[in-house]
Amino acid sequence: MSALIWLIPCALALGGLGLAAFLWALNSGQFSDLEGAGWRAIQDDEDADRAEGPRGRPDAR
Amino acid sequence: MGRALTASVAPPDTDGGRLGEAARPQTVSLVVENMHCGACIVTVERALRHMAGVRDARVNLSAKRATVTYDAALTGTQPMIDALDREGYRAAESVETASELDSRRADDLLRRLGVAGFAAANVMLLSVSVWAGAVSDMDQTVASLFHWLSALIAMPAIAYAAQPFFRSASSALRVRRLNMDVPISLGITLATAMSLFQTIRGSHQVYLDAAIMLTFFLLIGRLLDEQVRIKARGAVENLIGLKSLTATVVDGDGRVERMPARALVPGMKIQVAAGERIPVDGRVVSGTTDIDESLITGETMPRWAAAGADVHAGTLNMTRAIKIEATATDDNTLLAEIARLMQAAEQGRGQYVRLADRAARVYAPAVHVLGAATFIGWMIAGAGWETALTTAIAVLIITCPCALALAVPAVQVAATSRLFGKGVIVKAADGLERLAEVDTVVFDKTGTLTRGEPVLKNGAEISDETLAAAASLAVASRHPYSVAVARAARDRGLAVVAAPGVLEVPGSGLIAPLAAGELRLGSEEWVSGTDLPSQGQAGSLWFLDAESRRFALRFEDAVRPDASDVVSVLTAAGYEVCLLSGDRPAAVSDVAERAGIAQWWAGVKPDGKIDVIADMKARGKKVLMVGDGLNDAPALAAAHASLSPSTAADISQTAADAVFQGVPLAPVLETMAVARASQRMSLENFGIAIGYNIVFVPLAVAGHVTPLIAALAMSLSSIAVTVNALRLRTRALALAPVRRPT
Repeated sequence: MSALIWLIPCALALGGLGLAAFLWALNSGQFSDLEGAGWRAIQDDEDADRAEGPRGRPDAR
Repeated sequence: MGRALTASVAPPDTDGGRLGEAARPQTVSLVVENMHCGACIVTVERALRHMAGVRDARVNLSAKRATVTYDAALTGTQPMIDALDREGYRAAESVETASELDSRRADDLLRRLGVAGFAAANVMLLSVSVWAGAVSDMDQTVASLFHWLSALIAMPAIAYAAQPFFRSASSALRVRRLNMDVPISLGITLATAMSLFQTIRGSHQVYLDAAIMLTFFLLIGRLLDEQVRIKARGAVENLIGLKSLTATVVDGDGRVERMPARALVPGMKIQVAAGERIPVDGRVVSGTTDIDESLITGETMPRWAAAGADVHAGTLNMTRAIKIEATATDDNTLLAEIARLMQAAEQGRGQYVRLADRAARVYAPAVHVLGAATFIGWMIAGAGWETALTTAIAVLIITCPCALALAVPAVQVAATSRLFGKGVIVKAADGLERLAEVDTVVFDKTGTLTRGEPVLKNGAEISDETLAAAASLAVASRHPYSVAVARAARDRGLAVVAAPGVLEVPGSGLIAPLAAGELRLGSEEWVSGTDLPSQGQAGSLWFLDAESRRFALRFEDAVRPDASDVVSVLTAAGYEVCLLSGDRPAAVSDVAERAGIAQWWAGVKPDGKIDVIADMKARGKKVLMVGDGLNDAPALAAAHASLSPSTAADISQTAADAVFQGVPLAPVLETMAVARASQRMSLENFGIAIGYNIVFVPLAVAGHVTPLIAALAMSLSSIAVTVNALRLRTRALALAPVRRPT
């Protein structure tokens, strides 16, 4: 039973990691445009040079 | 509030003294109405990013919005709207709307669902160990440790994740009403408190897993419900897009200024370019053109307008730039009037009580009575308060309307996604329920039973060369007949190339002076070269080829190919089918005959349409209105349920419960069949949920339900209703005969 001492915290930590990832995705707007994201992947990027300026948001590409 | 907010976000681009300030980036949200695909994303973002002063532009396709970061000193909102207009997109400044609040609420629910899911998974993990341990060698201290761990995980999670239920329950109680959330909150709170107490005492009656699973499943139901609602609300944004047109105002000195249509006052002179929508009701001051009024009247043929003619807001100027004088402000245009009629008509529909709410009205009190009776019963029987309370909680958890709260949303999501696959977008959250109750179907004519666009009728009499030559003129015009000619040529596989030097003469036709001879396409007088006053023979166009031969091209507004099939299926299923149109009696009776509809009204005005529908309602009929024109919008809102084709006016699409795409009319049948099936399925799901209760409630009342059984029964019934709902996605459906009250 001594394995429980580290197995339970491990299980909780892994679950917590998943939860944190989910909350991060939600807060950073990953789910806000489910339609558009799919379309963007198949579009040719013509002004990649423009968005990579200092103000290009990390999720803008 | 929204107006004040956007005004502060986007100051007008007057630059007095502003250039000296350090440029601070501003952000504005634009509603871009007609974005549909990936190409639109790229075009819109590029158009905005290439403007001076715009730092970044990001499109959200689902919300049909573009968020723009810009320097207020260099640009403003109006130039952005103009830039998008040049690309062919109608944009408007976004106002803080209900749909934005809705999507924030959905995000909030999703966050709570994530937390509840995490906690439920971990608590279940621990609980399963304890249950397994009960039949093997787990000692008491480990079981107790697991209970404590569960409590530590579950309690904060419940306190956070179940808040939507607590809030809804407390606001219901404050006005002395019971809703579904009252027994839910009571069950969750009591189970958690009791479990904590039992954990401290080291007993086995711990219901934490049941409490957190309950929260998790209920949140899923709540989220599904919210998503159906968001889709419904998002469509309303289009209406705002339609209303916030931009006008080009010409003042006394001939200076030109762009301003929003809502700022127009009577007397202003407005320039309307070819291809633009007329921003306000007014009178033509100079210029002649053809006006497409299909949005207002449902009539496909453009109307010829010269100086002195009245024009309406929302109609399309087709052939040539005109100048008009505004005769009404934004608030009293025909468009605004129709919007008001629509709002008034919608009031009646607001009283509709949804199936789940009707079930809750019966169910919630029953649950409370049962829980209380169990507690009192056990107290009378002489058991201690602890046993009595534990049993009462088990009853509450077992009866907790988890399956009930999931039953309807799960069915609705399955139904809407099935319809979505068939090109039908369900907009109103309760639309399917109302559609299921319909027993009378009223169709509009132009654009609904018919395709709303003329097609070449006598194509067989015209040779390929002639058609190709006519099409080479026709491609230069937006007149519906010209479009029909060009399309007929393309359908035959002919290469359509615009003839060099094509000129459009508004009200007459097209001319191309070629070396071989002159080509003309237009009215009979125009083609024959006689300057006779127009006899206006409806439904035909003449073509003069290079050898001076004349050909008549005849057109008709073709009935949708499967219209008569759909009508006969509806009639066979016992629905009453009518045709309600604003068009001339002759045209209406012709279409009615071709579609096989016996009962029809012609020449009906928008308010007249409401009257017809109100009259049917008064006779106890549940009416489904299928229509597309702006003139149908009030009727769509007044009817018990409504459908409109995706070619319909924006305002009609807003009023309709569902919008269908494509040329065939069959989606109407599919929508009705799915609506009926989903209603039946919701009832089936209620049946499943009640079935579980019939089995487990007696056990719970008798005190035989352990925490394990409570958690399992609840999860199983939730899964059962969800799986049952999912069957709707693939099942073959036929329209069942309508039930009539005898």
